[in-house]
Amino acid sequence: MSPSALDEGLAIPDAPTEYGTLEAALRSSRDAGRKLLVPYVTGGLGDDWADIVRAVADAGADAIEIGVPFSDPVMDGPIIQEASELALRSGATPVTIFDELRTIDAGVPIAVMTYYNLAFHMGHERFAQSLAAAGVSAAILPDLPLEEVGPWATAADAAGVETVLLAAPTAPDERLPRVVARSRGFVYAVGLLGVTGERDALASSSLVIAKRLKAITDKPVLVGVGISNAKQAVEICAEADGVVIGSALMRRVLEGVGAAGAGAFIAEIRAALDAG
Amino acid sequence: MALAAPTSSGRFGEFGGRYVPETLVPACQELEEAFREAWADPLFRAELDGLLADYAGRPSPLTECHRLSAELGVRVLLKREDLNHTGSHKINNVLGQGLLARRMGKKRLVAETGAGQHGVASATVAALLGMECMVYMGEVDIERQALNVFRMRLLGAEVVPAMSGSRTLKDAVNEAMRDWVATVETTHYCLGSVMGPHPYPWMVREFHTVIGLEAREQCEALLDGGVPDIVTACVGGGSNAIGIFSGFADTDAELVGVEPAGGAAVGRGVPGVVHGMKSYLMQDEFGQVQEAHSISAGLDYPGVGPEHSHLASIGRATYEQVTDAEVIEAFQLLSRTEGIIPALEPAHALAWISRDRAKLAGKTVLLNMSGRGDKDVGQMMEILG
Repeated sequence: MSPSALDEGLAIPDAPTEYGTLEAALRSSRDAGRKLLVPYVTGGLGDDWADIVRAVADAGADAIEIGVPFSDPVMDGPIIQEASELALRSGATPVTIFDELRTIDAGVPIAVMTYYNLAFHMGHERFAQSLAAAGVSAAILPDLPLEEVGPWATAADAAGVETVLLAAPTAPDERLPRVVARSRGFVYAVGLLGVTGERDALASSSLVIAKRLKAITDKPVLVGVGISNAKQAVEICAEADGVVIGSALMRRVLEGVGAAGAGAFIAEIRAALDAG
Repeated sequence: MALAAPTSSGRFGEFGGRYVPETLVPACQELEEAFREAWADPLFRAELDGLLADYAGRPSPLTECHRLSAELGVRVLLKREDLNHTGSHKINNVLGQGLLARRMGKKRLVAETGAGQHGVASATVAALLGMECMVYMGEVDIERQALNVFRMRLLGAEVVPAMSGSRTLKDAVNEAMRDWVATVETTHYCLGSVMGPHPYPWMVREFHTVIGLEAREQCEALLDGGVPDIVTACVGGGSNAIGIFSGFADTDAELVGVEPAGGAAVGRGVPGVVHGMKSYLMQDEFGQVQEAHSISAGLDYPGVGPEHSHLASIGRATYEQVTDAEVIEAFQLLSRTEGIIPALEPAHALAWISRDRAKLAGKTVLLNMSGRGDKDVGQMMEILG
């Protein structure tokens, strides 16, 4: 099926050819033979979320995704929903999270994951500039697919913020290269049909999508959604360059493991990935 | 066609679009393609028309309200969608989507529901076509619409409570979308209003244009070739309103949507993006979606279909707000004067006519009676004592 033509004002700008901070860091680690590990931490959750960010950085994260909670997270399962709702209820806003991010010196690149309305509401330019000012390298907006990304990507590119696009198992072969071409930082491979959350076993679809993407790009390919433990991380890294660990980490945080416990969990996955 | 088709990216003016997770993009494209083909296929249209007539009971009548009109000083005509099978206009859309889902080879329907009317309609069509059906419904709505929950289960559907957020329609949509993200290969998301990602706002409108087309003919017959001064309907997502507006968009008739004051996306919202569309949306200063509060579960929604945002922004339609108290009064007024117990949703449109009767004196107003009030009787019994 041919892609729908775009209306005026929705044109998708070509991605800048220069690597941003996130992509440069991930490529360099990947090219040195390291498997990439990106933990996800909900911003504004509890008093110690900044400590958790530092702890997972120290435990061997290559970059960190910070979730900026949104009222209606349709791509998220129960764990991230609960974390988001708690953070919102305690008064977290994009502004409070960006302010705190500015003071966290994690030592690794930061990507913000949130939903498009927060960027749209603040205004593309202002949101992109706020991210840059907070030291954030990249943005992941799971409800902003390729066809709608143009106006945001224009502002993000100008502010030096890399926009990571998701690549899903449902994408036909003709679509994947276009998604990959516009994705910056890395390509976020959606491991399964479904929302974020832990699963008992690695979905075979995650191996398939990683393989399909690796065949068409040299950008780092990280698999997220459904990667629940060290064993699954190692399994998927047979095909992928790395993993995003969200719900498995946030469940532990919600259970109260604190920064030390969060760090220990990420350290365990780091060790398993390093051991291969 | 009186209302224009959206642009290729699914926009009505600046509103609409397709803001969905990447996983769902191919499914939305496939659905758009399938709908275009089906809608242009005389066989599909004939099968749908047949079901609308022989199963749903169309055409629905136009009723002139003599006693009500005398009391208000406004000539009120009702388009009787409450007399359709399942008790509301929702059947028009689900018959269309059900046939389309079958044509696409999907075996399962998921749906969201507020008051339960769309859930009941979806469960009905699933039973009719031999499909599986799962309906997501806010926990709060499950309590206030127990009768419809029982109906859906009786019809063989599974009703799943949406427990997050405000536990109403907005959250039921979130859960239905999450289900669809996981089951998209076998499942059709049978969305219940003119909202969501392209092609839904357009497709659902097309399935409801039958309301406007019939009403136009019926009005011309009754009004000696004329059209009403005003065409009005309640607006939550806005499907019944778009359906009746579509028959009069090319006339001089004023189009008036009536929103609940506690869920007035057009009246109190600003443009935003949620549930796959850009539209007016009630949100806080950071863009978090606000919870709506309305006596009517079917209108308890902080957003609105994108075409309504467009019609409002170009001034073709206007949007009024009424309070719960005004709705309760209108609910009783129509019951008492005409022997028609309205659903709480269309009672909003009547509440506006009744409140603004001085301004509307002598005018002819066509109101889309989108559903019957049986489902609300329990709730009203508690309120009225």
